[in-house]
Amino acid sequence: MRPIFQTDYDQDIRLMRHRGYWWSYGTLLLLVLLAPFVVGSYLQSQIVFVFIYSIVGVGLLILAGFTGQTSLGHAAFLAIGAYTAGYMQRLGVPFLVYLPLSVILSGAVGALVGFPALRLSGIYLVIATIAFGFIIEEVAARWESVTNGNDGMRVKPIEFFGVTLGREGYGFYYLCLGLLMLVLLLALNILRSPTGRAFVAIRDSEIAARSIGVNLAVYKVVAFSISAAMTGLAGCLYAHKLSFISPEMFTLLLSLEFVIVILIGGIGSLHGAVLGSIFVVMVDPFLGYLKDDVPRTIGKLAQAFGAANAGAIQDTLSAIGGAAGLKGAIYGVIIILFIIFEPYGLYGRWLKIRLYFELFPLYKKATFRRQKTYLKSERNR
Amino acid sequence: MLLDFIQQVVGGIALGCVYGLIALGFVLIYKATEVVNFAQGDLMMLGGFFAYTFIDQLGLNYWIGFALAVLAMAAFGSLVERAIVRPILGYPQFSIIMVTIGLGFALRAVVGMIWGTDDLRIDTPFSSGVVHIGPLVLAYDKLSVIVATVLLCGGLWIYFNKTRMGIAMQATSQNMLGAYYMGIPVKRVFSLIWAISAAVAGFAGVLLAPIAFIHTNVGFLGLKAFPAAVLGGFGSIPGALAGGLVIGVAETLSGFYLPEGFKDVAAYILLLIVLMVRPEGLFGLHLRKKV
Amino acid sequence: MSLLRLDAISLSFGGLTAVDGVSFAVERGEIFTMIGPNGAGKTSIFNMISRFYQPSEGRLFFEDIEITSMPPHQIAELGIARTFQNIELFDNATVLDNLLVGRHRHRTTRIFEDILFLPKVRRAEYADRYRVEEVIEFLDLQKYRDLVIANLPYGVRKVCELARALCTEPKLLLLDEPSSGLNVEETDDMVYWINDIRSEFGITVLMVEHDMTLVNRVSDRVLALNYGHVLALGTPHEVAHDRAVIAAYLGT
Repeated sequence: MRPIFQTDYDQDIRLMRHRGYWWSYGTLLLLVLLAPFVVGSYLQSQIVFVFIYSIVGVGLLILAGFTGQTSLGHAAFLAIGAYTAGYMQRLGVPFLVYLPLSVILSGAVGALVGFPALRLSGIYLVIATIAFGFIIEEVAARWESVTNGNDGMRVKPIEFFGVTLGREGYGFYYLCLGLLMLVLLLALNILRSPTGRAFVAIRDSEIAARSIGVNLAVYKVVAFSISAAMTGLAGCLYAHKLSFISPEMFTLLLSLEFVIVILIGGIGSLHGAVLGSIFVVMVDPFLGYLKDDVPRTIGKLAQAFGAANAGAIQDTLSAIGGAAGLKGAIYGVIIILFIIFEPYGLYGRWLKIRLYFELFPLYKKATFRRQKTYLKSERNR
Repeated sequence: MLLDFIQQVVGGIALGCVYGLIALGFVLIYKATEVVNFAQGDLMMLGGFFAYTFIDQLGLNYWIGFALAVLAMAAFGSLVERAIVRPILGYPQFSIIMVTIGLGFALRAVVGMIWGTDDLRIDTPFSSGVVHIGPLVLAYDKLSVIVATVLLCGGLWIYFNKTRMGIAMQATSQNMLGAYYMGIPVKRVFSLIWAISAAVAGFAGVLLAPIAFIHTNVGFLGLKAFPAAVLGGFGSIPGALAGGLVIGVAETLSGFYLPEGFKDVAAYILLLIVLMVRPEGLFGLHLRKKV
Repeated sequence: MSLLRLDAISLSFGGLTAVDGVSFAVERGEIFTMIGPNGAGKTSIFNMISRFYQPSEGRLFFEDIEITSMPPHQIAELGIARTFQNIELFDNATVLDNLLVGRHRHRTTRIFEDILFLPKVRRAEYADRYRVEEVIEFLDLQKYRDLVIANLPYGVRKVCELARALCTEPKLLLLDEPSSGLNVEETDDMVYWINDIRSEFGITVLMVEHDMTLVNRVSDRVLALNYGHVLALGTPHEVAHDRAVIAAYLGT
């Protein structure tokens, strides 16, 4: 344990609270900067997806994790950002113009959604955002003059000042990393400022927040707007990464993936966005692994142990691993297990591990155990 | 013209009955436990598959298979409640919603793995055949849905209004600790409500089989049932059914009269309008926190 | 000019009249207590003043500004703060964060300045924290400063509610049953604090209270209510000896 004496308000306010922060985050940054030169191109591509999903995760965390407004419709904002980018590019608008435009447009739609959302809370808000997601998906399919409808839209690589950033190249990687760092910085700024505290106040007790002077309408709309704007930014990058977008990519399932990102990563802290994204993005390669490599290794092991039907074992495992819908089953089971056993998510698990080592050998499991509260009616919230 | 309209309305009512039954399942669970079960549609799907196994694979009589499927769903609902929902009671509502979504994912995947992903059919006494009322031609399959729904709702109404269980369920939803103190067997109430809700979903699934077949994606109809439940006001059982009917009719009519694409979103547009104008739904109560 | 003035306020829910034609005024710098049996309408009046309920009839004035229809967050801007009977703290935040939220009405930075965390935001943070530390010192909350509310005992939470209300630097402080759930020692502390709030900070206090010893030790004037009507208004001594009050509330 490291006792820290407080002598200065800055110690609470600044981002790098003490020297340990510089070391750990610095190393992380170094690793991420060097990664493209070390890992193969497939993994580099996946890391870019992690960056993009993290940006959405941060946006969703600000809205759902910190302001308490759950949204199951964020794929819609991603779509708005992506289609704005694609359409503007088609019109010949330069990248440096349409990138901020995606952000602003998504933010504006977010604000528009935020207004009616003022009257809704809890389950009603969730359902309203689902409905919003469906409507945007349908609009994307029908507004053919802009979005090219169900045929989808090709998105060309990013170009500015004569430089082309191909979607598999280093340039795009560092661009996404840079934007993620910018988004994280802005989010951290919000959270350590009066605005962020107002958000948390709204989440924990709207009544108290109002009586203190927090104008709920303003702050809720702003939260929606910021969240949507960040997701729109990610949408622009998403469009370029995939180089082809169509309405059936922006479904409720994608919105659910984003919620899974923050749920598994940990809802209380921005780290959760990144950790959760790593999980969600790694599920696909993991499934491929399960389908081919694991059965093969197990088959070989079975053979080594002299089992007669090693081949059959390998085949059945391969069949299970390759079953369509296994991804859904894994998601489902993991969500259920995480909520029951790991409600604080991966970041929570990391905190527990760190606390274990800090307090060794005095660590007690009960530190993090939730008080089992009896179900309190949410209707009277 | 008028004939078409009536035809469409009847179709809409039939569809609305299915939505209403799913919404009913939502509302039952919500009234008792304040949990919104996003997997309700998938439970409906599972009911259809159970029926397929009993009727088609085991060759039982339609009615026996129907009854068995509903019973199997009741048992399954109880199981889900014990294994998955009970450990997380007391968690924030968001977590519980996500667990049910996870359950939905898992159900779809497992069912796909066990029964395959092709469309399946079962032979029902209503799959074909029509009834002629004057110039109207009404299909048996749609009529059967309407009649069965009416019968089921009548039965449920009697159960909830004439027995102590209904009041006990409301009590547990509003103040679980208080209900415990009053001697209400809260855990049994929860199991029972999930069993009933799953059974209702299974019922809907079997009814739906002749119309929409049996397929893992049938659960997505469950999403349309949300607007139905909201329209009716989330705490109201007759409201859920009424909401379902409104959504069913609105959707079918917009499919027929409005340009393409409106049919899919009609339910959601209606939902948003209702949420703006009257958030507590048609029959819901407007509650306010006392400080 | 009275600080707060209620003019024939009435509140009806459905068929039930909770408050019936109540009028009184609270003068600047006094400690004014409302007493009465449960259901007398005290908390309803509180909720109307802090604008969570809308009066069915009558008007409310704060410093002669009409507040009858103002939204709650604007009341805070005018300088009215309240504590809640069922504690409404922000459970997942630390005590310090709760108190910092209390400074909300004094914020000088706009939202986009917060996002960029400009130097003026940092300076505003310093100023806010300085004021919050003054309140922490006043109420002896130092050792709880960085603890999360969810882990704190009930008595400490009540004090945190009070602290948060004080951080708004109100002109009028509404205390809803400040001594409920507190033991004798904590109630004693509460007496000293309420007196100090008035004498050191110049804040006017309007309380709802059941504990008559606290009422007698602290109040300048007492208003007794029953079934939504005013029974008596006067000094604690006068009200305690008023026959109607004795019959209705204090017992024979």
